[in-house]
Amino acid sequence: MLLEEYIFAGFGGQGIMTIGQIIAYAGMLQDFYTAWIPSYGPESRGGTANCNVVISDEIIGSPHTHHPNGVIVMNAPSFDKFEPMMASGGVLVVNTNLSPKRSERDDLSVVYIPTADIAMEIGHPVLASVTALGAFAAARGVFDDAHVEKGIDWALPARHKDMLEMNIKAYQEGKKAAEAQLKTATK
Amino acid sequence: MDVVTIEGNEYKVVAQRPKSLTDKPFTYCPGCNHGTTHKIIAEVIDELGIQHRCIGIASVGCSVFSYEFFDFDFISVPHGRALAVATGAKRMRPNSVLMTYQGDGDLAAIGIAETIHACNRGERVTCIFVNNAIYGMTGGQMAPTTLLGMKTTTSPLGRDAKRIGWPIKMSEMLAPLPGAAYIARVSMHDAKHILKAKAAIKKAFRAQLEDKGFSMVEVLSNCNVNWHVTPQEGVKFVEEHMTKNFPLGVYKDVWEDEKAAKQTDKEKG
Amino acid sequence: MSDERVFMKGNHAACEGAYRAGCKGYFGYPITPQNEVTEYMSAHIWEHGGTFIQSESEVAAINMVMGASATGTRAMTSSSSPGISLKQEGLSYIAMMELPMVVMNVVRCGPGLGNIAPHQGDYFQATKGGGHGDYRLITLAPNSVQEMAQFVYDAFNLADKWRNPAMVLTDGTIGQMMEPVDYTTMPWMDPPDKSEWQLDEFQEGRERHVLTSIWLDPADMAVAHEKLIEKYERLKREEVRYTEYLTDDAEVLVVAIGSPSRVTHSAIRILRQEGLKVGLLRPITVWPFPYSAIREYADSKHVKAILVAEMNWGQMVEDVKLSVLGKKPLHFVPKHGGLTFTPEDLTEPIREILKNPESPNTLWHVS
Repeated sequence: MLLEEYIFAGFGGQGIMTIGQIIAYAGMLQDFYTAWIPSYGPESRGGTANCNVVISDEIIGSPHTHHPNGVIVMNAPSFDKFEPMMASGGVLVVNTNLSPKRSERDDLSVVYIPTADIAMEIGHPVLASVTALGAFAAARGVFDDAHVEKGIDWALPARHKDMLEMNIKAYQEGKKAAEAQLKTATK
Repeated sequence: MDVVTIEGNEYKVVAQRPKSLTDKPFTYCPGCNHGTTHKIIAEVIDELGIQHRCIGIASVGCSVFSYEFFDFDFISVPHGRALAVATGAKRMRPNSVLMTYQGDGDLAAIGIAETIHACNRGERVTCIFVNNAIYGMTGGQMAPTTLLGMKTTTSPLGRDAKRIGWPIKMSEMLAPLPGAAYIARVSMHDAKHILKAKAAIKKAFRAQLEDKGFSMVEVLSNCNVNWHVTPQEGVKFVEEHMTKNFPLGVYKDVWEDEKAAKQTDKEKG
Repeated sequence: MSDERVFMKGNHAACEGAYRAGCKGYFGYPITPQNEVTEYMSAHIWEHGGTFIQSESEVAAINMVMGASATGTRAMTSSSSPGISLKQEGLSYIAMMELPMVVMNVVRCGPGLGNIAPHQGDYFQATKGGGHGDYRLITLAPNSVQEMAQFVYDAFNLADKWRNPAMVLTDGTIGQMMEPVDYTTMPWMDPPDKSEWQLDEFQEGRERHVLTSIWLDPADMAVAHEKLIEKYERLKREEVRYTEYLTDDAEVLVVAIGSPSRVTHSAIRILRQEGLKVGLLRPITVWPFPYSAIREYADSKHVKAILVAEMNWGQMVEDVKLSVLGKKPLHFVPKHGGLTFTPEDLTEPIREILKNPESPNTLWHVS
């Protein structure tokens, strides 16, 4: 049985909600049951925001998760909140530009990605979240690139379609950065 | 002119019940102006030829049974909500003609939000607002339009501005809103004024038919029963006191405004 | 799975269900967690030949729907708990005038301002009338994004079939979540003909139509109301809907709606892997309520106890109690404050109940 439970967290406006939707959409294209739910409280209006994603080959119960096996943290408060909740064996992506801590848990697979730096190299700070998603996809290994890329296209509003190539580049660069780290780790 | 034949003799009809009224005799109190107000509205609707397109909204208060007297489609709605219901109906059926018939408690107290916003949206509906400065149906309690010093069952010592504020002036409040096309205050205290009232009501319906915006006619009326006076004293009170507190006149006239705007354009060359 | 599926929020899917049912009027006022309905309607209802108004209040919104519905048009409003309280006045009139319309409640936590987290505290006001007087709304309780669309669509059809207001009762979780939706079960349709009673601009040559809820003479009111009550009795016989999951051999029968019913699903899977016999009965219509379906389980030999899980302090459990009639122990697990269930919240008490069906920890006592 496949049961993927993710929390993606960061500041409002970093694109956290969108990358959650992209991965859930990719899950749907892979014929899984998928659900996404935002934290929709006042904190989502500018403060720390997060979304939950559940992907499974069986009907999904709660879309909320309390022990995620996949987490992306885009800022320090999110690291403090969600790293301790993670299920053993989970994948954690840390945006080192805004979250300097290292995880002390030895039961997680952790990748540290300077997502903002990579995004700026590609050309736009907004690409940081998709970079993190690339790293996450590489570390988690559940999704086909083609499906995630379709998800990116789906999530981009019509007025930003000119950003599609840059987004896909950011996704690929994030993947590469994670793969490099994972290789080192297994050596 | 119509001709009727009775026992073989032909007679010319010189006066008859308007087609837009049902055959049901009015149940309003003797001396009340609701009956006459209904009649002139019905005459206007007949003259404009819109009877079969009219949808009436009956409110809560003495006007709750107005749907029994007008001969076109009608709905009776919660207290104060007539203009919201009219909004929903008119938006769905723009070719119908919407009339709300509301009293002072309905329109100016519990329903004031619905009133202001319907006017401000410029809803193409016509509101007949009967202001008799008292709650008639519930037995003579104070209305938002009760005059200062007026004794009612809930202002037994007379309305005191310090404690309960002043009579509210709806026509003056609504007229400055851009959605208003025609706002007038008329009175029913004598034949001359009743004719003026009819002309104003006709203009109010025209504003709707010509897609100009929101229209309201505030009709000063009497409630001799709850004022505890005779019908004659009632209309006299309207003439002498109500019209002083609630000055008669046209507060907004979209056609006049359009004329004035054209004139200004001309002068500017 | 088909390519017809789109990935959507529950609140957006509800709008798509409404468009497909031929809804031409939406009137509403912003309130979290259902703002997406008002926003989506304001952007898209025009594409379907409809009209949107952001009203000055929920009170005005429900009355605008009353006006729209009176003209024979399919119209709806939506809100969340505090806003639904404000709509109750209008719903009472709408019920007595037998106007078909749809209202959706994306329930948040109360009483008072409460908070904007998911909750089920509005079960009573949805199923017992809500406003003044003696009336009922046909009330459907979706537990997925697919059902958000489907049940709004169904609610329009039921409302017209019975000339009765219908409510879609959901919670913040279902409104806010995104899931795949397949609209093939919701073909685009035109509303049925209502020229028999609607208010319109075509009155030439027909009797006028009057819609009212006032009968001053008690004898007349009794007759008018009896007609309504007879309709409700027929509804109770003909429209009860519910689903069952692994109930055939269940020793503990769980009754839940909305997002708790989804968590129950997960809990049952966990317990079944342990060999424990647990099943779920999920009412689709919470009014009319599936009393007899639950009673049959209470009468059955295999069911040892019945458990109700709700995100409130106990509302639907009272209806379940009326079904069970004391034949089996009845347990209740609440979740409150806007917190949501985890599977563990249910698996632990169910294991306990299986050991001791009279387990005092969760037994629902009503004196």
